[in-house]
Amino acid sequence: MIIPQLSVFLENKTGRLTEVLEVLGEENIRITALSVADTSEFGILRLIVSDPDKARAILKKHDFTVNLTEVISVMAPSEAKFYAKILKILSDLEISVEYTYAFSIGDKSVIILRCSNSDKAIEGLKKHEMELIKASDLYKI
Amino acid sequence: MEIWNSHFECMERNGLKHIQTERLRETVERVYFNVPYYRNKMQQAGLGPESIQSIDDLAKLPFTTKTDLRDNYPFSLFAVPMSEIVRIHASSGTTGKPTVVGYTRNDISTWSEVMARTLTSAGANRHDFIQIAYGYGLFTGGLGLHYGGEKIGASVIPISGGNTTRQIQLMRDFGSTVLACTPSYALFLAEAIAESGIKREELRLKVGVFGAEPWTENMRREIEDKLKIKALDIYGLSEVIGPGVASECLSQSGLHINEDHFYPEIIDPETLKVLPPGLTGELVFTTITKEGLPLIRYRTRDLTSLNYEKCKCGRTLVRMNKCLGRSDDMLIIRGVNLFPSQVETVLLEMSGITPHYLLIVDRINNLDTLELKVEVEEAFFMDKISQLEAVRQKLQNNLENSIGLSIKVTFVEPKGIVRSEGKAVRVVDKRKF
Repeated sequence: MIIPQLSVFLENKTGRLTEVLEVLGEENIRITALSVADTSEFGILRLIVSDPDKARAILKKHDFTVNLTEVISVMAPSEAKFYAKILKILSDLEISVEYTYAFSIGDKSVIILRCSNSDKAIEGLKKHEMELIKASDLYKI
Repeated sequence: MEIWNSHFECMERNGLKHIQTERLRETVERVYFNVPYYRNKMQQAGLGPESIQSIDDLAKLPFTTKTDLRDNYPFSLFAVPMSEIVRIHASSGTTGKPTVVGYTRNDISTWSEVMARTLTSAGANRHDFIQIAYGYGLFTGGLGLHYGGEKIGASVIPISGGNTTRQIQLMRDFGSTVLACTPSYALFLAEAIAESGIKREELRLKVGVFGAEPWTENMRREIEDKLKIKALDIYGLSEVIGPGVASECLSQSGLHINEDHFYPEIIDPETLKVLPPGLTGELVFTTITKEGLPLIRYRTRDLTSLNYEKCKCGRTLVRMNKCLGRSDDMLIIRGVNLFPSQVETVLLEMSGITPHYLLIVDRINNLDTLELKVEVEEAFFMDKISQLEAVRQKLQNNLENSIGLSIKVTFVEPKGIVRSEGKAVRVVDKRKF
């Protein structure tokens, strides 16, 4: 249920994101989800890709600083109340959400969450019959 | 032009040489018998106190370096018992360990004497108001000027560095006539005065004694033009005594070295051979009257040349030219000494590795700025912005605590710093000297 996510350090200048995507593209890496967090000086690119180990090696070869982080993913109807419910479940369990991002397919949303405790989060969400997505399934989307 | 101590400052050179010989012999004897470090070094070189009969024998003695001071941290080079030490100052060293200097009561008196000469040669006397905007504390600048100012009977204003608004207010209200600070701060003050709306006629400032960092003739013209004062260069280093080692007189033609206390040599930094008068090389000092921390052939790493001609002010003391640079990688930022290796130490302590880094020194609005670019390595890369910001903040804090300068840290990508062939480039100094 735990999904490996790549985090890449980027300077905040034009063309850097393009370069990451180009080198991954050359090796036919598929991107399921992507998000960027940034400050005025630097950014952190977060990626969920089909082959994280390979993608990490490619990026390192091209001199990017890359870390693997654990995230979890939940599929839910695209209405705000479901997103809210997920966050409520986690906060009730005193699990903090460090960041989250989402994309929707049809009337469903795929929500990615970085939690202070992934295992506890998975357990709690399952108990509330939330639909957790496995890494292998996520890559097929 | 007034001269504080014309006996020594205008002494005929043969007589001076006689005194220097006497004082050197006493100093060598004192360090040989009181400082194990010097005794060992002299014995290794097959020398005893009797080997030094004249000042011309000085070149036989081994050099002393900043590393030797560090290796004997904090007090092992002192030549007197600690009960004789009445003051301790310190400046930053190459590896975070400060360079420590100790003064006996007589040393403080010598220091006051040479500073009195400095201020007198700048035209100051008992009727002047000296605004000392050098930092007070472990740094020798503030207290050095302070004792000299009191010695000549001037009214000393120990305002210390910073707080520009108050500097300007007191300069006007107290009628400061002499300003002592770093040349870059003088320029900064000049602009702040212009912006404050205070008219030049409201100020009584007539001269400035500026030092603790390198500056150019262009900067001198700019300061003189903006502040409408004479701007004089003063030179010193805490190891030797602090400010007061050498200073310009009002004829502004080189800095008179107080060589009846500090004997200068110019060496080739590569071959370590003494160079003939007039040639440019590394300045080396032997203190010939100091008691607390006598130094034998101390390598300053400053590059300059000496002029033995009598000055038109009447002084016969040898003059050194403005320093042209350094024979090591030390930077002087806002009067603070900084070695790139100090930055490296902080980085290593923080992350367990030494990432590629580049120090960028610049001068913006007449104040030195420091930026440190650090390539982000996996060892300290965090996935959360707030964590990465915290790492950056911690690094900034650690640097400031250990170096005493605020440094803006910027994270860059790996290979974000241009690699050079051969020796890594760690510093880019954009300041114009």
